[in-house]
Amino acid sequence: MTNDDFSIIGKPIAMVDAAGKTTGAGKYTDDLTMSGMLVGRILHSPFPHARIKHIDTRRAEKVEGVVAVITGKDAPTPYGILPVGHDEHALAVDKVRYVGDNVACVAAIDEATADQALELIDVEYEVLPAYFDPEEAMKAETNLIHENKLNNIEKDYHHVFGDPEKGFAEADCVAEARYIANEVTHAAMEPHSTLAAFEIDSQTGKPGRLTVWSSTQVPYYLQHKLALVLEMPMAQIRVIKPLVGGGFGGKSEVIPLEIIAAIASRAARAPVKITYTREEVFWAHRGRPRTIIDLKTGVTKDGRITAVKARVVQDGGAYCSYGVVTILYSGALLGALYDIPHIQYDGYRVLTNKPACGAMRGHGTVNVRFAFETQMDELAAKLNLDPAEIRQRNLLQAPCVTINGLRVQSYGLPECIEKTVERSGWKQRKGKLPRGRGLGIACSHYVSGAANSIIRSDMPHSTVNIKIDRDGGVVVYTGASEIGQGSDTMTAQVAAETLGCSLGRIKIVAADTDLTPIDIGSYSSRVTFMAGNATLRAAEQIKKQIAVAAARKMNCPVEELIFRNDVVSRKDASVARAPSPADLAENQPTVSGHVDGQILRGSLQQKRKDEGPKTSMSFEEAVVAAIDFHGALTGTGSYAPPPAARGGKHKGAGVGPSPAYSYSAQVAEVTVDEDTGEVTVHKVWAAHDCGRALNPVSVEGQIIGSVWMGMGQALTEEMVWKDGMLMNPGLLEYRSPSSVESPEVEPIIVESIDPEGPFGAKECSEGSLAATIPAISNAIYDAVGIRLHEAPFTPERVLSALRAKTAHKKIDLTEGVDPTAPIHFREHGGALWFRGKGPERHALDPARRETRAETGGDD
Amino acid sequence: MKKELIELRVNGRSHELAIEPTKLLLDALRQDLQLTGSKRACDDSSCGACTVLVDGIPMLSCTMLAASCEGQEITTIEGVSEHGSLAAIQKAYGDWGGAQCGFCTPGFIMTVKFLLSNNSDPTEAEVRSALSSNLCRCTGYSQMYQAIKAAIEAEQKGMAVVK
Repeated sequence: MTNDDFSIIGKPIAMVDAAGKTTGAGKYTDDLTMSGMLVGRILHSPFPHARIKHIDTRRAEKVEGVVAVITGKDAPTPYGILPVGHDEHALAVDKVRYVGDNVACVAAIDEATADQALELIDVEYEVLPAYFDPEEAMKAETNLIHENKLNNIEKDYHHVFGDPEKGFAEADCVAEARYIANEVTHAAMEPHSTLAAFEIDSQTGKPGRLTVWSSTQVPYYLQHKLALVLEMPMAQIRVIKPLVGGGFGGKSEVIPLEIIAAIASRAARAPVKITYTREEVFWAHRGRPRTIIDLKTGVTKDGRITAVKARVVQDGGAYCSYGVVTILYSGALLGALYDIPHIQYDGYRVLTNKPACGAMRGHGTVNVRFAFETQMDELAAKLNLDPAEIRQRNLLQAPCVTINGLRVQSYGLPECIEKTVERSGWKQRKGKLPRGRGLGIACSHYVSGAANSIIRSDMPHSTVNIKIDRDGGVVVYTGASEIGQGSDTMTAQVAAETLGCSLGRIKIVAADTDLTPIDIGSYSSRVTFMAGNATLRAAEQIKKQIAVAAARKMNCPVEELIFRNDVVSRKDASVARAPSPADLAENQPTVSGHVDGQILRGSLQQKRKDEGPKTSMSFEEAVVAAIDFHGALTGTGSYAPPPAARGGKHKGAGVGPSPAYSYSAQVAEVTVDEDTGEVTVHKVWAAHDCGRALNPVSVEGQIIGSVWMGMGQALTEEMVWKDGMLMNPGLLEYRSPSSVESPEVEPIIVESIDPEGPFGAKECSEGSLAATIPAISNAIYDAVGIRLHEAPFTPERVLSALRAKTAHKKIDLTEGVDPTAPIHFREHGGALWFRGKGPERHALDPARRETRAETGGDD
Repeated sequence: MKKELIELRVNGRSHELAIEPTKLLLDALRQDLQLTGSKRACDDSSCGACTVLVDGIPMLSCTMLAASCEGQEITTIEGVSEHGSLAAIQKAYGDWGGAQCGFCTPGFIMTVKFLLSNNSDPTEAEVRSALSSNLCRCTGYSQMYQAIKAAIEAEQKGMAVVK
């Protein structure tokens, strides 16, 4: 089928909720108010690691306008997004584990009053030694961050597929290096916000049902965790997701404020809204961890990969969050892009006293992909091969199952490489640009939804209900969460296309746990594939019912019917269009029509006339006929990934498998200023295989957005720490690229048409991100001949590499800085140099010891 | 703090408000007038999501006192739609993917409105430079340029029809 066979699929359409967004009428959580609503503010820990000895809230409670002050005692049940990681408390119970950890919450009549009360909460801490570097943290034996996690290791996995030693023995050329990608965060424009309110139960007269409006990507998981921590039945909790101002993974798990707001509302007996400040958003974090990758790749003379060995250490922050999944993705998605016969993977997810890292766009794959694709480029250079060519020599022969058990069906990577190479003028321009200007290529891939849900069960991952009434309006109930990616629009398109009706008939009711069936949420790029398939099945079911009734009216078999452009017609009717009076006139019945039910005698003849076989009827007529026939018109569809797509049997095999993978190949063109070390990206050609592009404008938007975010991580974005304190918790300091720093991105859509995707569609929102970072690092090499192994490629790192290459003296930016400041300002890399001394440190703190030894002072 | 009575003129209508003298314009708009289209996203005037026009000039309402705007004409995103329909720039933002999550969109539209009111046919460099006062995390800005181009074309066509 080509796109011409569709009337709504494959056409560029405006998002169904676009007008609400462009007029300001659309409501996000923080835009909501309720009568009697209180404002909640949270007290955060000033220490990276400390035991709470005592909390006294009496002074705060006395402030006029304060309604409730809550602490960890009010909800002591631990929770976490993963069943294996229930290690968080909404408010700290015994210990705080990062600067910014949640200690207490005040619900008051307004923000100023709540802020004033926060100052009056007395907390006595016993400061503990803290760990900021994952490799240091792994050596620790005492003062562990979580008592049950030995050596502060949250989880480690050791996978061997094939025989890596044999693979390396077969290699003609082996590259081995350490790559580091520093920590980045989502920085979605909307700060997290939650409004919680209890209803009074008419029978008991006491607070009963809880309704929570929240900026979440996962309403169903939120409902689940609220039930756990508040010790309420899930059925008593309703989670509603209003418009969400971007997620990127940062709202794909339960964020402390969501539970704190509910607890505060229960204590205050009034609705409570909490909205994070931007600084709190940075503390809530859950971003991409700093990752240290020791990577070894072997290739033959002609560029075929023989084996890959990766040791990955992730600086996971203070809690598990999605960590176990992240560290598994890092290993699992070494496969499914290229044909790799032997893989060894050792992954360590390590706890440190910093905000927890979690899932972020391209979850787990991005940093390892940066290392891998950069190393591929290094090997190509060693072997004197074209970097595009070496990638083409390692393609999978799809359909296939990779050595680590990932099933690949549609595989558009060859076409992606071909198209980017062609559009960017790679063959003519590579290596021929003036000094300081270069081209780099890299590839990436991503899952179209995780094949295994976080909560292990046999439940479908998505369910969609559709109701059609006599007015011809189609209401689609879906739990899928629109977060700006176009979930609602995709659902409307799939429903309209399947039913052959216009988009205007479709109304989407989404992400309200009382109204919509369970959908596990918007993460792992699963919505188009899974919720799309569920919508397709629901629409097909309801279409069948309409067809049965319509076929009776038209006196033809069901298979003879075509649903298109709001008309149900027989295949033999030349063109599908609304029946005109002329049509009706020439379709006088030859056989008397079937009449069901009771009909007034007087109108019987007229009715017979009308109901005689026609060649077509309008969508409303068909719907009315179907409701008359069936009694009601509802359809339901669900999707669960097929067993064949759920991966192997080894420990940790659950993460990585997906029913389909997206593919991306990119060429970046950069210039490097050799005097300042500044890198400018001029253009990125990004080809992305998304199966069928259901809405090309949206697909292009997602590709451009992914590439852009990857460029941010490659050049400027970085969370900079000092003694566990975030040095850049603001949108200006975090350095998200502005319009003047953003390159032109040419999105190239490649449609491989997946056999199981809805209309052949796969994911398009995450897979492109990972390729951008190595494409830029490889372009920098092409421009000035330096290999950068630590991202982001800040002017400081670029200059330092340039000077190392020309054997210049290393620049020491600390020269002339306040001599009393600690020598090791920063826990790890960074572009900001900070002169302060940071918070109080425990006497046995490793960082403090190190500082002392090197300065010899009593710092 | 004792409240004071001020008169704020927003989107062509006057409102009498009793507010603390320290109240920010953004809070007055969002909390007292329920005009929630202007957003708070950064707290420190770095992102532009709260941009409104004050006497036609784009200003960050998160760092202005409401009381300082007395006697000035404030236009928020809610005042951009024309006679209950989308203005050309709003329609174009929807059609061309200029808005994804939409949280930054009101601020961008106010910025673009000011740009186009001073320069009806800006070059791409001028557009980029004008938009650099606002941050977006979804779009990578590219589709916004297409939207702005389309809006200019639509405006020009509209003008041609009027002539």
